[in-house]
Amino acid sequence: MPVRSTVPASRDAFVALLLRDLTVLRKTLKEFLPRVVLQPFLLAFVMLYVFPTIGQRVGGGAQAETFATVLVSGLVGLSLLFQGIQGVALPMVAEFGYTKEIEDRVLAPLPVSLVAVGKVLTGAIQGMFAACLVFPIAAVVHAKGVVPHLTVHWLVLVTIVPLAAVMCASLGLTFGTIFEPRTVPMLFGLIVLPITFLGGTYYSWSALAPVKVGGWSWLQTLVLLNPLIYVAEGMRGALTTVPHMHLYIVYPVLIGLCALLLRLGIGGFRKRVLS
Amino acid sequence: MSSAGADTDPANIVIRTEQLTKVYPGMDVPAVDHLDLVVRRGEIFGLLGPNGAGKTTTAGMLTTRVIPTSGAAFVGGVDVVAHPALAKQLIGVVPQQNTLDRSLNVRENLYFHGRFFGMSAAVARAAADDMLERFHLARWAEANIMALSGGMAQRLMTARAILHRPAILFLDEPTAGLDPQSRLALWEILGELHSAGQTILLTTHYMEEADQLCDRLAIIDHGRVLALDTPARLKDTIGAETIISVAADGDLEALRTAVAADVSGIESATIVDGALKLGVHDVGGVLADVVSLATRTDVRLRDISIEEPTLETVFIGLTGRELRD
Repeated sequence: MPVRSTVPASRDAFVALLLRDLTVLRKTLKEFLPRVVLQPFLLAFVMLYVFPTIGQRVGGGAQAETFATVLVSGLVGLSLLFQGIQGVALPMVAEFGYTKEIEDRVLAPLPVSLVAVGKVLTGAIQGMFAACLVFPIAAVVHAKGVVPHLTVHWLVLVTIVPLAAVMCASLGLTFGTIFEPRTVPMLFGLIVLPITFLGGTYYSWSALAPVKVGGWSWLQTLVLLNPLIYVAEGMRGALTTVPHMHLYIVYPVLIGLCALLLRLGIGGFRKRVLS
Repeated sequence: MSSAGADTDPANIVIRTEQLTKVYPGMDVPAVDHLDLVVRRGEIFGLLGPNGAGKTTTAGMLTTRVIPTSGAAFVGGVDVVAHPALAKQLIGVVPQQNTLDRSLNVRENLYFHGRFFGMSAAVARAAADDMLERFHLARWAEANIMALSGGMAQRLMTARAILHRPAILFLDEPTAGLDPQSRLALWEILGELHSAGQTILLTTHYMEEADQLCDRLAIIDHGRVLALDTPARLKDTIGAETIISVAADGDLEALRTAVAADVSGIESATIVDGALKLGVHDVGGVLADVVSLATRTDVRLRDISIEEPTLETVFIGLTGRELRD
């Protein structure tokens, strides 16, 4: 019984898995596009148009433009995170929970770990696509004069975005293997919500210093546990000149998170498909 | 039957397990207990047993999805534990559950399966179209998976499983939950595959299915093989009796005593639901005696029927209990 050696067979199977995912993405573009457009649109609409227009303090007054600039970077991070959850974690919960349709891909002639890596890769591609959509939205949706001022550092941008996308997709993989259909509400209520609100979407990390107990900037310290803060701060480094966390911290932490979450996610994936 | 030599020629062996054992975490008893099996090229091999006997776990280990606790398993000579990615090239699986890709249509399910197994786009497309014709699914090529009936989904999963020409096709309880018509259609398909030389391993708890389809059968319970042979030989050898059922009016008890005393070759004689049931190995030798005794004992015969031995009786003979559904 002739068999091909594992490396070329695995490579072909891996490419085919990606092709399958991209085909599904193309077929479901009608669902994908509204999903990735609506969130940044709503946030930009409320914070950059409604708030300045009604004179709400946040983002209003003299700091409005700085706020717009800070927010755009945060929105890119948020989009990446939500693609990790919606593009990787939720489909995986469904596939493990009841449809079982991942079975045929698990039986494809490649190591099971690579099936999980494939999921992360297509999740990251979706994330980057969603992130790109934030810019035209933020450029158009704002009140008069509240324009984000972007100063693009290209080298940082083209390295931070893929890195952040892979990190968020790996986070999605990890969640997808931990949560069951029954516990998905908990995923949103207890994990996604704090990550998004305390992930530096609406403010930069350095701005949190005044939130203190005694002499300790407790909030600034606490949010360091939040993976999204590094994405948002990295995006500020890539897109703006506003003060942000040093890139010497952002890069190693993002790389470390990628490694950790990939490991956890792949381990969880193997545990779910093998017994 | 093949000679003993066939079991030692590696080219003829598609599956071999050596003391294959699986103990799930937290369980005291093994699901599969030191299993030794050999499946030969071109045969339909059946694992017959009640639910929970270890059939699905055995199939799971052979298809790389369940990691054995100890022992070894080889598919096409490839160690499935050491080289699962390699072994997966050789196997096709039709699982119990519908695992079709709901995000893809019928044709795409076949096409991408081909691509997973290294086919080029053109080859995969041709193979998918070929399968759609063979399995009478061409009309539904563009259909959504959710629109397929249970029988159609089963056909599509079978087509998908053989698309990459696996050395061995696994079917786990293939007809469980199918309507009788779809079941017959699937049996026909398996028959055709068998004629074309496809090696098949199927698990089932339907005796009729095992009897009809399988060249050889392993009857398993509690993870152990209780008997392994052709269905015919199993029925011949494992104490399975033909039952002569005598329905009559009159003193059945007197007839029972007389038959048990005077007719040789009666293994058992019991009265069940107003009929005398006689267990025999050779019907021809006793039938005339039973009829003449009946006339002499003043019993009026209404009906005599012969029930051939079934695998159910074999199973009961082996385990003392029935195959549960």
